[in-house]
Amino acid sequence: MAQDREDQLAALRRKANLLRQRDLVMIQRAGMGHIGGDFSALDILVTLYFVVLRVDPQHPDAPDRDRFILSKGHCAGALYNTIAEVGFFPTSELETFMKPLSRLNGHPDRTKVPGVEASTGPLGHGLPIGVGAALAARLDGAAWRTYVLTGDGELQEGSNWEAAMAAAHYGLDNLTVIIDRNRLQQGAPTEDTIRLEPLADKWRAFGWAVREVDGHDYAALLEMLQSESWEPGRPRCLIAYTHKGQGVSFMCDNVDWHHRVPTPEEAERALQELREAVHG
Amino acid sequence: MSQLYDCRDAFAQALEEAARNDPRIVVVINDSLGSSKLKGFKAAFPQRLVNVGIAEQNMVGVAAGLANGGKIPFVSGASPFLTARALEQIKVDLAYSQANVKLCGMSSGLAYGELGPTHHSIEDLAWTRAIANLSVIVPADPRETAQAVHEVARLSGPFFLRISRMPVPQVHPADYRFRLGKASWLRQGSDVAIIATGVMVARALEAATLLTNDGIEAAVINMATIRPLDREAVIEAARRSGAIVTVEEHTVYGGLGGAVAEVVVTTHPVPMRILGVPGVFAPTGSPEYLLEHFGLTPAGIRAAALELLKARAEQ
Repeated sequence: MAQDREDQLAALRRKANLLRQRDLVMIQRAGMGHIGGDFSALDILVTLYFVVLRVDPQHPDAPDRDRFILSKGHCAGALYNTIAEVGFFPTSELETFMKPLSRLNGHPDRTKVPGVEASTGPLGHGLPIGVGAALAARLDGAAWRTYVLTGDGELQEGSNWEAAMAAAHYGLDNLTVIIDRNRLQQGAPTEDTIRLEPLADKWRAFGWAVREVDGHDYAALLEMLQSESWEPGRPRCLIAYTHKGQGVSFMCDNVDWHHRVPTPEEAERALQELREAVHG
Repeated sequence: MSQLYDCRDAFAQALEEAARNDPRIVVVINDSLGSSKLKGFKAAFPQRLVNVGIAEQNMVGVAAGLANGGKIPFVSGASPFLTARALEQIKVDLAYSQANVKLCGMSSGLAYGELGPTHHSIEDLAWTRAIANLSVIVPADPRETAQAVHEVARLSGPFFLRISRMPVPQVHPADYRFRLGKASWLRQGSDVAIIATGVMVARALEAATLLTNDGIEAAVINMATIRPLDREAVIEAARRSGAIVTVEEHTVYGGLGGAVAEVVVTTHPVPMRILGVPGVFAPTGSPEYLLEHFGLTPAGIRAAALELLKARAEQ
């Protein structure tokens, strides 16, 4: 079993590394994208889509599927790369990212892209939708679960806190919010812009079960996301501490890489680092 | 004087009927149980009513999520707060997402008269009409309200129903059938066409009666669907009468009048008058006082029609 686990974690690591390389190439080709936030979220997405979520790319609308809602819609690049790899659409289509008439818009469109549960882009929309989905499952006595990935900066949107109150009031323990806590928003650190801390205390005060995790540690992410020891009757909040631009040394924790596009030289250096990482 | 009705009663009764027939129907409210007249719904279907509290952005997002989970949510709250506070959620989570959610804007227009412009909803048609994929319906009487509720429950996709609390008579006969995107011709007349919506339809009919004393035969058209607009009806009205008066309990910017004018000037240009709230915040006053103040009365509509015909004759 231990070896199986090691193999599973190594496979996730290789998968995330591959998707970072593809995402980088995709953004380089498009000349647009949000590489910093894509890279902070990718390990979470890979852990969800390749282990945790019960979704079937052959039946993207199956009523009993788990719902994953990407609230930080500007990180569509990370989502597209992940769900294409899962099989929701051909990976070759990633070449059309943000090209005229592509269904791979800069923000995900649920009406066009199979596997996308919510059209997001403006921030603070994902969690209310997640609350509604979790309520629908509750009304039907259904076992499927709802997961929402938010950025941290977007928690400055009041709609999240409206949703947080409602989720706790309705006792939605079938709902998990994962916060991509990379500590940087577009222009500056969150704590210099509008302070979020003490973030875990805020969610606890709103009635949520809260855990904190290294958002790049697959073992820790899996332990949290597969755990049955969360408090029953409370919605779940997983604060995932991440690094913007994770995986590339000169992007990591650098606010400039929110939506900067790498030059050809930078792209080559970044790809080199990623290739070495997977072989190292 | 014919009997007057509060269309919210017909709305609530129709919604209960629809919910009995379709278990997917749920209601989402923002502490608006009483003002939406949904106490009966709650008693009948306690599990199927979600009160998110005073939180309109969340209310619309929750409805989008419920629709994702296979439900047919009816979101019911006071129109000024529902539309203005949650407009981005309406645009993105519902319209752009083609979510199967029905928005019910209660006590719209000037119905909250004395409470003041914060509570008037005289911009909601302009805001919702501008959004792609979102159909906009303004029932004129209880019969049409009930039918519109059943129709939007049956049709997939996002809708905005604008429902007033101002008392109105039945303007449609018992065999009337509401159809999305179809105007109803309540009165024929070839001198001028009065196109009205919502609570103004009954007043437009009274205005037409007054105009007969002036020797004017006015057509009266109930434009219950603001989007998609019945373009053929508008063109027909322009062609038959050569003069159009629109009447709405809404700002004159971007509502029914704007929608009709967009069709008229690009197809069959005729002189028009657009009656409504003339681009101002209303003063304090009861709904009836405010309608009088802005000339949104049978006498006011008559005067506008006569002035329009006089101006046309002088051209």
